[in-house]
Amino acid sequence: MYDFEYHKPGSLADAVKLLSADPDARPISGGQTLLPALKHRLNKPTSVVDLSGITELKGIRKEGDKLVIGALAKHFEVATSEVVKAAIPALAQMAGTIGDTQVRNRGTIGGSVANNDPAADYPSAVLGLNATIVTDKRRIAADDFFQGMFTTALEPGELLVAIEFPIPEKAGYAKMRNPASRYVMAGAFVAKTGGTVRVAINGAGPGVFRQTEMETALSTNWSPEAVAGIKQDADGLNSDIHGSAEYRAHLVTVMAKRAIAAAG
Amino acid sequence: MPQVTLTVNGKTSTVEVEGRTLLVELLREKLRLTGTHVGCDTSQCGACVVHVDGESVKACTILALQANGSQVTTIEGLAKPDGTLHPMQEAFREYHALQCGFCTPGMVMSAIDLVKKHPDGLSEKEIREGLEGNLCRCTGYHNIVKAIAAAQEVMHGRAQALAPAAE
Repeated sequence: MYDFEYHKPGSLADAVKLLSADPDARPISGGQTLLPALKHRLNKPTSVVDLSGITELKGIRKEGDKLVIGALAKHFEVATSEVVKAAIPALAQMAGTIGDTQVRNRGTIGGSVANNDPAADYPSAVLGLNATIVTDKRRIAADDFFQGMFTTALEPGELLVAIEFPIPEKAGYAKMRNPASRYVMAGAFVAKTGGTVRVAINGAGPGVFRQTEMETALSTNWSPEAVAGIKQDADGLNSDIHGSAEYRAHLVTVMAKRAIAAAG
Repeated sequence: MPQVTLTVNGKTSTVEVEGRTLLVELLREKLRLTGTHVGCDTSQCGACVVHVDGESVKACTILALQANGSQVTTIEGLAKPDGTLHPMQEAFREYHALQCGFCTPGMVMSAIDLVKKHPDGLSEKEIREGLEGNLCRCTGYHNIVKAIAAAQEVMHGRAQALAPAAE
């Protein structure tokens, strides 16, 4: 790992100032993705800005018909939060399956969503639940936020502050993990919110995406059988040593069925 | 150079580090606490697990500066000053939950965090799931799981002494 300067600002304004002043500065919180990337010298920041002391980025709360989760909420906190378990149990369940215990004790929802790893879990919950990403500058709809592999609508120096999840009537998540790395081969997050159905697929493609054919089918018949005959197009899906695009396409339908069954 | 002040196994130290220094490097190279091992250095194997403010974390995936002001417990901090082992260490000994011993410090630290978070007790399945972040390449985990199942009874006061392992 190359050396860098370390800053720990006490406020959001100070963090934004540090990141805006230096295009090669990187924010860090849990560091469960950034530190391994730095060890591989995939990234050479001049400084890292530790966000973990910033109160504005913390907290999990219910506000009306929304669940608001601060960017610094660790996976362990989301998995065990009584507020999350009551409002969106599928989200708590998902958080409890990210990485392993030690990763969940450090990794944060803001880091996962801002990184937008195609094999990450949270992006499919954010897209499937039609969440809103709140930054220090603006509010971004999930449909506009995720822009493909490791790419989001966040601008340089812009910080993810919180995520607002509309509370659904029903939601479920299922994934197939790579047996060695435990990363997602294909996952599906399904949600019915205010009569609208959304299906988000992670792991299978270069970025999280919506499966609109399944959304239409589920709108009239909310059951695993409704999507059983829908085949995901393999064109454009990831194909690597872990699985072909065709295999991942097959998994998409299987995971969607399981997610719907889990949602009940 | 920046400085880190942290309390390791009850003893407070102030150490000069680089921005990039990892907590595990501080522990092993600056404080000479070499019980915490580095296996993979890619946050997968769990040989480097320590407790930071009571939570198990992989010490190879946290900067030393991020642990500034924290209470850190390593494998060296578990036994009492008179040498009496922590119930989890005693269980690993009694149940022969190790072969080469390389993963053992991380296994013990993860196991203690796991047991503390489940005061009502863990099933065998839950213990196996709870060890997802720790890899052992010798024993096949069976004795490790048995040791943790026995230690949790002592740690939560449901048993006075460790149940002896079967012959």
